[in-house]
Amino acid sequence: MPDSAHASWGRYPASRPAAVTRATDRHRAVPEAATPVLAYGNGRSYGDSCLNNGGTLVETRGLDRFIAFDPTTGVLDCEAGVLLAEILALAVPQGWFLPVTPGTQYVTVGGAIANDVHGKNHHVAGTFGRHVHELELRRTDGDCLHCSRQLNADWFAATVGGLGLTGLVTRARIGLRRIEGPYMDVDTRRFDDLDTFLKLSAAADADHEYTVAWTDCTARGRAVGRGWFMQANHKPALGQKPDPRRRGAPAFPFTTPVSMINRATLRPLNTLYFHRRWRSAWRDTQHYQPYFYPLDGIRHWNRAYGPTGFLQYQCVVPHTDARASITELLERIAAAGAGSFLSVLKVFGDVPSPGLMSFPRPGVTLALDFPNRGRPTFELLDALDGVVMAAGGAVYPAKDARMSGAAFRQYFPEWRRFSAYVDPGVSSSFWRRVMEEAQ
Amino acid sequence: MRKILIVGATSAIAEQAARRFAADGDALFLVGRRADRLEAVADDLKVRGAHTTGTHVMDADDLAAHAPMLDAAEAALGGLDTVLVAYGTLPDQAACAAEPATAVAAWHTNAVSQIALLTDVANRFERQGHGLIAAISSVAGDRGRASNYVYGSAKAGLNAFLDGLRHRLFGSGVQVLTIRPGMVDTPMTAEFDKGPLFASPEKVGGDIHKAIGKRRAVCYTPGFWWLIMTVIQSLPRAVFHRTQL
Repeated sequence: MPDSAHASWGRYPASRPAAVTRATDRHRAVPEAATPVLAYGNGRSYGDSCLNNGGTLVETRGLDRFIAFDPTTGVLDCEAGVLLAEILALAVPQGWFLPVTPGTQYVTVGGAIANDVHGKNHHVAGTFGRHVHELELRRTDGDCLHCSRQLNADWFAATVGGLGLTGLVTRARIGLRRIEGPYMDVDTRRFDDLDTFLKLSAAADADHEYTVAWTDCTARGRAVGRGWFMQANHKPALGQKPDPRRRGAPAFPFTTPVSMINRATLRPLNTLYFHRRWRSAWRDTQHYQPYFYPLDGIRHWNRAYGPTGFLQYQCVVPHTDARASITELLERIAAAGAGSFLSVLKVFGDVPSPGLMSFPRPGVTLALDFPNRGRPTFELLDALDGVVMAAGGAVYPAKDARMSGAAFRQYFPEWRRFSAYVDPGVSSSFWRRVMEEAQ
Repeated sequence: MRKILIVGATSAIAEQAARRFAADGDALFLVGRRADRLEAVADDLKVRGAHTTGTHVMDADDLAAHAPMLDAAEAALGGLDTVLVAYGTLPDQAACAAEPATAVAAWHTNAVSQIALLTDVANRFERQGHGLIAAISSVAGDRGRASNYVYGSAKAGLNAFLDGLRHRLFGSGVQVLTIRPGMVDTPMTAEFDKGPLFASPEKVGGDIHKAIGKRRAVCYTPGFWWLIMTVIQSLPRAVFHRTQL
């Protein structure tokens, strides 16, 4: 039986570790195991990069201690199982914020490093790994390496974005970002096509720290790529309100027997959302929680995709021909009647990513969910890979459960150099899959 | 700001309770067996807002080490007003049944050493005329059961001791709190299959923090264990002996 306590967020593929152990003491070696180990943080990776079918998972949430925090410099030293949510709870009241945050705060620091995550401020801040001053890496042979851009720099580059394969990250020192309060100034406007999105993005990136767009993945023809563009900055001290009391989020109560996102609901809901307001542009103040983490407002939202789970697909295509490539991707998705309500477009900046295997690179990124309908879904995703490969782009391993080894090796040409740093005692379902036919 | 001593401060439950004390800005003195783990917990609590954190390495089985530890805690915090006794072991019942020395060792840690420590603390608090003594016992102490009666009987001894201590100190200004957790998902229960009755250390630590704040006498955590144990205690022997508890 698959192990639902250690599934990935997409709940595909089913997996069963041979053993599960816990790391609770950062001074101790990686727990001994009969099979290759893999760190398992909070299980928010979508695909199989956090799974180790037949191997040993090392739960890292027990490594959840802060080590030091300097409220004058914003430098935080903590264990790798600390959640970004826990950092926010500590830092926001003291006037500090995460330098980079993904769309959920329920990931561990170790997971954020291993996937070198990015956020809506990529064009100014780059990836999470750029803000890691130092990390501690425990290898299964007992070695303990301190890595930074200066110290063991090659190990640092391999571990940031290294999918947990270089060993167990046990602690990290991170530089936070100053804020004057928990609120955001948000500008929202509707756009009617992809060209407008690219223009809006180019204009906004200079004076907005956060930019992202929701796109209607059912739109076709002239409307392809239409959606809502959101640009935001942290609100200055003036106009700050007190932090509201946090309430527990409601949970999606059970796994629905079939996906709630299906042919009957997809198009009407996307169309409704596109036309959700009469006004086509407005400005408002939002608390950082709903602004950055709208989906964290519903726990277990992944249950809405039914028992077969879903696949997330995030790719980036270079600026050259980005318009043509994204158009082709969206046309194919709309023609297949696939996709979801949560389709996101974002222009990555040219801040270099620090990891050998980091996903973000200059270009336009598209991310969306696909309910798992079996073969048609996989065939569509393979076709999307064809477009991304032809464009010279890449697909994000943290969200992948199915890309071919050949595609992976084209997207991540440094894989051979990287594999020299992979701990022989560590493996993952993802890594075995993409390395299957590699020499 | 309370001045709180936690003995067994690296236990998962104690650490969660301590995080809440830290968030309240309390001063904490942490006692445990391993220096590096204590330091890790202390650093964390400091970041989380603890007014001060002191640490002290001690093996509670060594009864002669108790008084110097209490002296050190009082010196470090400038007195004490709350003591949380949170250490303990969960012995393997089969090993305890087979070997008298194993059973006695389990009793020494879970009952004898606690009685020694609590007696010293009680006398100090009685002299100063105030204080709160909280000890983590277990629902296992409510009725001896085949699956863990050595552990359970030590906790039963502790329960009766705490009841008597509370009686003795009534009117003296000193409060005594017996904490009876059910099954908790901690390193102590790592070998168990976790069913729906298992609670998280966060939940239990939070309940302990609340019970101390409210100065309660007995706290079942999670609360539904009170009902379960009332049922188990009232089962007639003829029925009880046929169960697999």
